[in-house]
Amino acid sequence: MNIQFLKELAATNQWHWILPEIILALLGVSVLLMDLFFRGDKDKKIAIVSIGAQFLVLFYFINNFSFMNSPDTVYAFSDMLKQNAFGNWCRVFFIICSILVSSLGVLYLKKNKLPSTEFYSLVLIATASLMIMVQSSHFLLLFITLETATVAFYVLISYGRNSSLSLEAGLKYLILGGTSSAILMLGIVLLYGVAGNPSMTGYSTDSMNFKELGHFISLNQGSTLLIVGVLLVIAGFCFKIAVVPFQIWVPDVYQGAPTPIAAFLGVASKASGFFVLINLLTGPFVHLKEILVPFLSVIAIGSILFGNIAAVTQRNVKRLMGLSGVAHAGYLMIGLVASFSVETHYIIYFYLLTYLLASFSVFGVMCSVSELDARQELEDYEDLAKSNTFLGFILIVGLGSLAGIPPLAGFIAKLLLFITAIKVKLYLLVTVAVIGVVISIYYYFGWIREATFRIFRIEDKNNKHVSKDYESGLSAYHKVLFGFVAILSIVFGLFQTVFRGFIW
Amino acid sequence: MKNVDLLLPLSIIIPALAGIFILLSKKESQGFWKSFTYIGFGFPLFSAIVLYSQFDETIHYNFKMKFLTGLEDFGITLHLGLNGISMPLFLMAGIVGFASGIYALQAKAERIRLYLFLLLIMQSGLMGVFSSIDIFFFYFFHEFALIPTFVMIGIWGGVGSRSTAMEMAIYLTLGALASLVGLLVIYTNSGMINHSFDFIALSHHLSNTPLETVLQQNIYGILLFGFGILVSLFPFHSWAPKSYSAAPTAAAMLHAGVLKKFGLYGIIQLISPLLTEGAAHWATILGWLALGNIVVIGLATISQTDLKQMVSYSSVMHMGYAFLGIASLNSIGTGGAVMLMFGHGLSVALLFLLTTCIYHRTDTFDMADMGGLASKAPVLSAFFITATMAGIGLPGFANFWGEFAVFIGIWGNESIQWMLYPAALGIVISAIYGLRAVAKVFYGQPSVNFQKHMEANTVRDLTTSEKIPALILIFSLLLAGFYPGFVSNLINRDIDGFKPDTIVEGIEQPATSVYLSHMESKNGQ
Repeated sequence: MNIQFLKELAATNQWHWILPEIILALLGVSVLLMDLFFRGDKDKKIAIVSIGAQFLVLFYFINNFSFMNSPDTVYAFSDMLKQNAFGNWCRVFFIICSILVSSLGVLYLKKNKLPSTEFYSLVLIATASLMIMVQSSHFLLLFITLETATVAFYVLISYGRNSSLSLEAGLKYLILGGTSSAILMLGIVLLYGVAGNPSMTGYSTDSMNFKELGHFISLNQGSTLLIVGVLLVIAGFCFKIAVVPFQIWVPDVYQGAPTPIAAFLGVASKASGFFVLINLLTGPFVHLKEILVPFLSVIAIGSILFGNIAAVTQRNVKRLMGLSGVAHAGYLMIGLVASFSVETHYIIYFYLLTYLLASFSVFGVMCSVSELDARQELEDYEDLAKSNTFLGFILIVGLGSLAGIPPLAGFIAKLLLFITAIKVKLYLLVTVAVIGVVISIYYYFGWIREATFRIFRIEDKNNKHVSKDYESGLSAYHKVLFGFVAILSIVFGLFQTVFRGFIW
Repeated sequence: MKNVDLLLPLSIIIPALAGIFILLSKKESQGFWKSFTYIGFGFPLFSAIVLYSQFDETIHYNFKMKFLTGLEDFGITLHLGLNGISMPLFLMAGIVGFASGIYALQAKAERIRLYLFLLLIMQSGLMGVFSSIDIFFFYFFHEFALIPTFVMIGIWGGVGSRSTAMEMAIYLTLGALASLVGLLVIYTNSGMINHSFDFIALSHHLSNTPLETVLQQNIYGILLFGFGILVSLFPFHSWAPKSYSAAPTAAAMLHAGVLKKFGLYGIIQLISPLLTEGAAHWATILGWLALGNIVVIGLATISQTDLKQMVSYSSVMHMGYAFLGIASLNSIGTGGAVMLMFGHGLSVALLFLLTTCIYHRTDTFDMADMGGLASKAPVLSAFFITATMAGIGLPGFANFWGEFAVFIGIWGNESIQWMLYPAALGIVISAIYGLRAVAKVFYGQPSVNFQKHMEANTVRDLTTSEKIPALILIFSLLLAGFYPGFVSNLINRDIDGFKPDTIVEGIEQPATSVYLSHMESKNGQ
């Protein structure tokens, strides 16, 4: 090894390209230090510092990175890290997610009287690693960042240490998350071994690199070991995005996890899985269309049907959101299947963005309404719209957008997905998706029904219904934030001009 | 672009804006939100009348306007305009909307501002449905108008409305999504280089290079299923009577009167011209299902004892005639269907309005519990009899010309000529239930309960605020009944095409007329 080689390697280290991630990670560490020095209302100060800093990073990011749909892809850190407009789009998605999760966290932590510093710290570190993960073009970097984020999630899910459900959820996620990481690792190692085997045509000395691996796969499409490896890698990520048959952890973990973390899991973790999968499927795995299309189609159909039918029976809203998330992952899978034939990046991104807006509207209301975090039943939402019109409005917009009702953004996202699927003649998948949407109306509108409709109660003087005070604990900041998120759901449903030139 | 063209987008935006203002206003500032209600409902009617008077018969689509919303890469633009088929329906939407709006103002519902807001959103969607040239926005505005109905049934409906609202939401979502998929299949398979939802571009392209026959038949089948649910075609109608009888009056007027015409309008104006082979393939089946509406549901209507249920069923039944007109595949039948849609929208809205007026006087919808109301409320009884006559299709009302033309249309098509007999039987059926209802409610001996009401002297005749919306509707019905040309001249042009002497070089024939002349020459009529 000579010094020249190291110099060349170092020359590709473009540290300033990942400055936002570095800032976020440093912030995550430094809030722990601030905890030592702050006096007085420590929780509030740390919340202001961490959320404020995230907003600054967001503005810095929007001003300094390009989102324009250009084919320019640049590599850094010895081809480990790939940057382009799509990647930047994902990164900004995670920053927004992180801001929203931290803001929901303020509500949750106050209500449950839990220490707050570690919460923000872990959320920031998880966000930073997810941001790098979606840019990785090397399995080593991918796996390390994935693990960093997952370890943060293990802790965050069991953060509600005074709730046995939260601890149970943490343990379940730990076991199943560990298993899925093992499966992913096995897949990566198989691919590394096959593609690095000198007796194979087109073998590579750096076979974890996506470019090299893609080249190898294009030459050896029939290799059984290779296909097993690819399927194992995809299975590992299917756990992240929670699709059938890797969805079994969803209801319990969502119910037990603190509500902001359930939102983090449902949006950021799911999105990261999709961002990576689309990178893989349009990158190194693109030549395996024949094998992957049926595989992914079965997963999509199973998820849509399972998610929707299972959600119908739920009375606990957190379980309901989790299972409906399985169905949404199924819809997005259609986009992945179509990605073999046409360009679907922008549809998946737009869908995930509308999903983010709608989910956080709903989770925001859940954080404000809940008294016992894990035991939120549909009955707790009775008369919500009457006693607090604002929260009722946010909830209706969020659920309507998730259900895909015009004029909300979720409808446009589903429409674009259906257009693409019909274009590539995935008629079966579209039919299943339509059936799924119709089923989902039952539970989404069922929830709206609880919140808005007049309830005919049998007059019972002993058991008088006490109307709840939902107003408490909602600061002006949160009202503006929730209102903004909900309004965006409406605006993006009517005007999509913003996205022209950005992602499509 | 002329200034008058601006009325079209404004008539969609202003109701929605007025609704938002009303929702944000304070409950105490009555004058404020009341005036916004008048603006919100009055403006669409005003602009519909102005646009009607400015309608240029030598141009195919009048008042065309295009807005880009960001989806133009997918061929979706907000393209507005009115032609001879949509203009009468646009006008009808304005009239019925105004009538239901005025009625809603005096209805004194709880949470009245939310009520008006939802109604105005519906109105805004309805104006959009009939003025969209872009098929995507045609669908979009329909959904826009549909959601408030669900909420209104849930909040202001009676006991049991929660499950009714859910049933309706799920059923109609199925219908809407099926039609969306059908429209998307047309869109993706059109073979255009730049895929477009714009109807003018689509019909132009597809008239030169039609889709494959099998594909056409399949798409038409999906769309017939989807639209059939939305219009309550015979086996898919079960949501309609329940929902209408649970819905608050103003919502039922708008939904049964105007919104339900969406599917019929879509078939006549958009789908049949694009899928001529599909229309021909499904015509006989459609005729059979329409007979189901007329005969089966007609008989079900006779057996109703609840007045509002009866009106709801009768509105479902009359959809059968409109479908028969479409199934006749000729210009007179199709034109009759449009005319019937115009008349039916007005008469059904009137019936729902008067039914609620009766309820306020008798405190029941049960016809067995009424009787002798005419002696206390002569004006109400006169109005109700008028509405019933209009519903049956007596000469002098718009419905008559519609049904009449539909019958001629059926007679003109030999393969379904025999359907005329059961269809004519329907007239008898509607006379039976209509007149029986009139007899039970207004004449005869009052029931014991109602006798008490009458003795307490709380039964009054129609108030002015109830009279005005009813009079608006009756006046429009009579106007179109005595001077059908008021509506049919416009329809004729789009059904028969431009007459040779008025054809200017390069003028485009309306798609519906091209389709109908094709069908007529094919059937050798």
